[in-house]
Amino acid sequence: MSNSRFAAWMTWALVFGMFWTVVSRVSPDQSQAQTGSVPKEGFTAPDFTLSLLDGGEITLSELRGKVVLVNFWTSWCPPCRKEMPAIESVYRSYKEIGLVVIGLNLTAQDSKQDAASFAQEVGLTFPIALDLDNSVGTLYRVTALPTSFFIDRKGVIRSVIVGGPMNEAVIQSKVEELLQEDQ
Amino acid sequence: MFPYLRLGPFLLQMPLLALVVGVWMGLTFVEREAVRLKLNKEKISSLVFYGLVGGIVSARLAYAAQYASVYLPNPFSLFSLNTNTLLPEAGLVFGILIAGIYAYRQKLPLRKVLDALTPGLAFFMIMTGVSHLLSGNAYGTPTRVPWAVYLWSDYRQPTQLYEIFFALVVFMIVLSRMIPTNAPGLRFVQFLSLSAIARVFIEAFRGDSAILFDGYRTAQVVGLGILVVCLALLRNWEGKDEHESKIG
Repeated sequence: MSNSRFAAWMTWALVFGMFWTVVSRVSPDQSQAQTGSVPKEGFTAPDFTLSLLDGGEITLSELRGKVVLVNFWTSWCPPCRKEMPAIESVYRSYKEIGLVVIGLNLTAQDSKQDAASFAQEVGLTFPIALDLDNSVGTLYRVTALPTSFFIDRKGVIRSVIVGGPMNEAVIQSKVEELLQEDQ
Repeated sequence: MFPYLRLGPFLLQMPLLALVVGVWMGLTFVEREAVRLKLNKEKISSLVFYGLVGGIVSARLAYAAQYASVYLPNPFSLFSLNTNTLLPEAGLVFGILIAGIYAYRQKLPLRKVLDALTPGLAFFMIMTGVSHLLSGNAYGTPTRVPWAVYLWSDYRQPTQLYEIFFALVVFMIVLSRMIPTNAPGLRFVQFLSLSAIARVFIEAFRGDSAILFDGYRTAQVVGLGILVVCLALLRNWEGKDEHESKIG
């Protein structure tokens, strides 16, 4: 194939491409919004109800309208321990304007006592949820610790950070972006 | 999908590893091509290095600039291994700009340099597809075609596999120099136009396309724009040496 023939093919490709672009447009009734609850950016966060370390229960879907950070952790995981003060600090700064943090302890791989003593040692004030049978960890396909899910006011996962430790600026930037959005 | 691999205390992010392999192997192809085109191999390697480092640093700085109120009081937070705090578009633009400035200052022949980069870029495109396959990103629309893959709670178009297939085809075409050229720079233009066509085609099956306006997919519009530029370059560069053409 010569260059001029290649150019001719490309011209045809351009015409076909324009046609293809028009016919493959996303129509208003066929939005790109994702359906289903999957632990992935762009999808609705899978719902869960867990008991809290301090008593009571927490249900994720009841937090619609708020920005939620779900942080999976265990007390024996060094990066989890290291990032907790940063999470606590961001929580204190933003809780009044709609941030909820759920420290989701994978208790099946930890112990309630160790989780409680670590929370006390660091002075955590946000709710600590206990995943006693690893069901939420499995639901969220948590393969590494820590893992953090940033969920917007509509309950959609907007960012997933696997591994750590996250510094305060990382958490703040993710949270601020979501808090600035309208409900 | 195989996003993470734990090796003792280390967590290997497989999609990132695929991109690193893409850069590493791609650089090997670039250096080989540079030697064939009688270009200074070390200078071409430096160009890639400056482009990459400049791109990564720019991507982080651009992200931080978006959240200046957060990063200004904590400038050391810029130094983080977290890939979630990068702005890839800014990284791409500034990476190209920095590599371009280096090429200009070193008086490297632009069109020949682009030809030298072509096999490496084509290989990197394959590994980008592999990276998407490992992470489950760039996923397809729900479908019931027999070759659909089950991903993210639905049967979907295997767009990552389409991406790898087309990138492989383009790589084979540019590596084997299947389409003859009669001027420097045209190999790169061939690669760019074939990749743009592939993107325009595959994007229609994506379930996570960014929408520009009126339902038009951003990647398709950008792909068509690149194709128009490629056609202009093909006509302008064909049969002409670097000093003869108006562009480059």
